[in-house]
Amino acid sequence: MGKPKDGCTTPAGGIINSPENKEKTEMLKKEEVIKMTATVGKPAPDFEANGFFQGGFDNFKLSDYKGQWVLLCFYPGDFTFV
Amino acid sequence: MSTDSRFSHKIWQEEELSKMVEGGFPYPMLSDQGGRIGSAFGVYSPEEGVNIRGRFIIDPDGIIQACEIMTPPVGRNVSELIRQIQAFQHVRKTGEVTPAGWTPGKPTLKPGPDLAGAVWKQWKVSNAFD
Repeated sequence: MGKPKDGCTTPAGGIINSPENKEKTEMLKKEEVIKMTATVGKPAPDFEANGFFQGGFDNFKLSDYKGQWVLLCFYPGDFTFV
Repeated sequence: MSTDSRFSHKIWQEEELSKMVEGGFPYPMLSDQGGRIGSAFGVYSPEEGVNIRGRFIIDPDGIIQACEIMTPPVGRNVSELIRQIQAFQHVRKTGEVTPAGWTPGKPTLKPGPDLAGAVWKQWKVSNAFD
């Protein structure tokens, strides 16, 4: 196998597929997909996530921020480049 | 929010972000391990196990007003992001609408039947540019 290319989201790899494993991974992919419900102009899906803030860990719920403007930024990974 | 754990966020803040910004990154760094939140927002990529570069402006009623989603190699434009937040806040406060390229201080428009077909009287295309 060649060296992985460096980018922001080079896949880590995974199971090298035997026929039994291939079928199982396909099945898992279909079951676990969560529907995309976020739509511009509609209420954002509420969520809760743990995180790091001001030197400590805490839980954060989107609905706790009602009354404020919220900027939600997703990014591929810590320690990556852009 | 990324798929990294809160522990990774802590170390990234300590090792790198605090050296780029005075006092470090000042906002909560959230963890979306498993990508369930990213999936609901349409930014999770299962093959790579990461959330791609999406950002959502959510107003005080919890309504998504804007979103921008890009593949990872290209970074965001912060000036445009701030401009959009200012524009949505202005609209919410005044009921006026902000034309293309609006920045604070530039002319806005008051929507109504009188304005239909009459925008050219109040606003020039050159207003859209800096």
